Amino acid sequence: MADNNMPAPEDRTNGHGVEIRLEEVSKRYPGQKLAAVESVSMTIPAGETVVLVGPSGSGKTTTMRMINRLIEPTSGRITIGGQDVLNLDPDKLRREIGYSIQQAGLFPHMTVGENVGMVPSLVGWSKQRTTERVDEMLDLVGLDPAEYRKRYPRQLSGGQQQRVGVARALAADPPVLLMDEPFGAVDPITRGVLQDELMRLQADLGKTIVFVTHDFDEAVKLGDRIAVLGERSKILQYDTPDAILANPADDTVAGFVGAGAALKQLTLRRVREIELGQVQTAVVDEDPGAMRDRIGTRRGAIGLVLDHRKRPLRWTTAREAGAVSSLAQAGRPVEDSVSPASTLQDALEAILTDDDGVAVVTGSRGEYIGVVDIDTVMTTIKSLREEYADDSNGDSGSTGPDSAEASS
Amino acid sequence: MSNTFTSDSGSGGAERLRLFAQPVVAAALVVGVLAFAYTQRDNVIIARNVTASTLLTLTWQHFLISLAVAVIVVAIAVPLGVLLSRSWARRVSPLVIGLANIGQAAPSVGLLVLFFLLTNGTTGFWIATLPIAVYALLPVLRNTIVGLQQVDRSLIDAGRGIGMSGAKVLLSVELPLSVPFILAGLRTALVLAVGTASLAWFVGAGGLGELIDTGYKLSNWTVLSVGAVLAMALALLVDWLGGLAERYLSPRGLR
Repeated sequence: MADNNMPAPEDRTNGHGVEIRLEEVSKRYPGQKLAAVESVSMTIPAGETVVLVGPSGSGKTTTMRMINRLIEPTSGRITIGGQDVLNLDPDKLRREIGYSIQQAGLFPHMTVGENVGMVPSLVGWSKQRTTERVDEMLDLVGLDPAEYRKRYPRQLSGGQQQRVGVARALAADPPVLLMDEPFGAVDPITRGVLQDELMRLQADLGKTIVFVTHDFDEAVKLGDRIAVLGERSKILQYDTPDAILANPADDTVAGFVGAGAALKQLTLRRVREIELGQVQTAVVDEDPGAMRDRIGTRRGAIGLVLDHRKRPLRWTTAREAGAVSSLAQAGRPVEDSVSPASTLQDALEAILTDDDGVAVVTGSRGEYIGVVDIDTVMTTIKSLREEYADDSNGDSGSTGPDSAEASS
Repeated sequence: MSNTFTSDSGSGGAERLRLFAQPVVAAALVVGVLAFAYTQRDNVIIARNVTASTLLTLTWQHFLISLAVAVIVVAIAVPLGVLLSRSWARRVSPLVIGLANIGQAAPSVGLLVLFFLLTNGTTGFWIATLPIAVYALLPVLRNTIVGLQQVDRSLIDAGRGIGMSGAKVLLSVELPLSVPFILAGLRTALVLAVGTASLAWFVGAGGLGELIDTGYKLSNWTVLSVGAVLAMALALLVDWLGGLAERYLSPRGLR
């Protein structure tokens, strides 16, 4: 079983992502008039997460499965890190490509440890090294090795199974990870958690990930780039989530993006990326009269009362500040705040639920940094739309990924 | 013949009770019928036929035939089932299953006699064992195929996807996951074999059928009952062992 003809994957690539190129790749099944996948060309940059998204039957899974040759392309060329996959032994090729599928595909008669250790043992790692690696991987996906190593998949929740599935896919440190609707079968809350964890893992690991889903929101959340696929895997648009949301290439893409594109864009922007507004502030034991004067008489003007560590306590208007003897009683308490890492969607939520339509932004120790209001959000959306408006001819794949990475 | 042979009793508690009660019942039957025969030991026919050495010899012959049948059946039906479930063999699979169906549908006596005639009147252990094996082949063959077919395709896909070879997937995923089905088939086959082995005396292979035959020919119900009850107890015992095997040899994690 041990196969020592080739070095373990991490010796060649250090486990970091490599570029994947598809050149004119087609798949035609015998006896069928139309190709399942017709002449797809795309470059998946090293270390990026590219999401293939499209309706059922668009051939997105077929396209992905040709990368690890679970489906053999009829024509065309696929290279991973410059190496033509068609020249490699399929089994050895697949050991260097992580593979994670819906419902995890864990072997029910093997323990969690045996499942995760499968690929390392296939590539001939020693028992001890495999065991250490299994524990490391379980740790990485947030499962306590001592507790879960000996369990059987049946004894895990759906979300836990999916984590083990990801751990198994990553166990031999492959540079490339293929994920076929991995979170399709878990409940929405668990799905959100798993998505967040995948993003956290990816930030550390920098794999090249090809992710297939039919859920556009998932694509927006996870993808550095999104390829929207139509019939026979035709690439309708291949761009950053920002660009696709701001400017869908055609009606089909627009239909797939669905309603609320602007709202979805807000999930891509972080509070730290926008210019924060400021309001008048006073420490809690300052003189209320001075605060009243500072806020001034402009209609709708409000101020913020802070504690001694600059943490926001209360909102107050000039009138409210003038009516009390201590700022500790002025106005109303601050109920919600957002952090610089929050998305603009979170901020908008806070704005909408606040009586005065303002959200407080606080730093890591809870200290006041600034405020966001509805005008700030609208300005951001407007500038995003203008930014991608030039690209209105829908020339897919021509926009660089830079804009989406402003946050990282 | 679309059914599979399973011994699923529905509830785990009932199955556990059965595993405990079955050998007790079998033992009680044996003790009872032997005690009954002992009370009639003055009868010459009984005194001559129901002796410790006769009973042991005949039971042992009966057991050996059943064991040999089990070994032959596993050795042929499991590999054959694996071959027939490969994608390239899907087309011939109905043909082979049809043949196995005929094997089981034919009367067992007929198979025995046919084999006896085909071998120009040879008698003995193998002349009884081989036709019984043909007769018992189907449950294991069919359950092997069904067991392999019921393995979730996505597991095979996952196995291939992470770089396991086809053979590795078969040995490490498909077969272990089929074990409960194969064992259930084997259990059925063995009970069939023990029952059919009562006919082995036809071709001179001995077994408990001899007692039944003697009792029948001499119109001695006691001798007949001893033979029949011992054969029945042996069948119960074999079924019980099969139940134990299903319980403890099925992969952990499925239980």
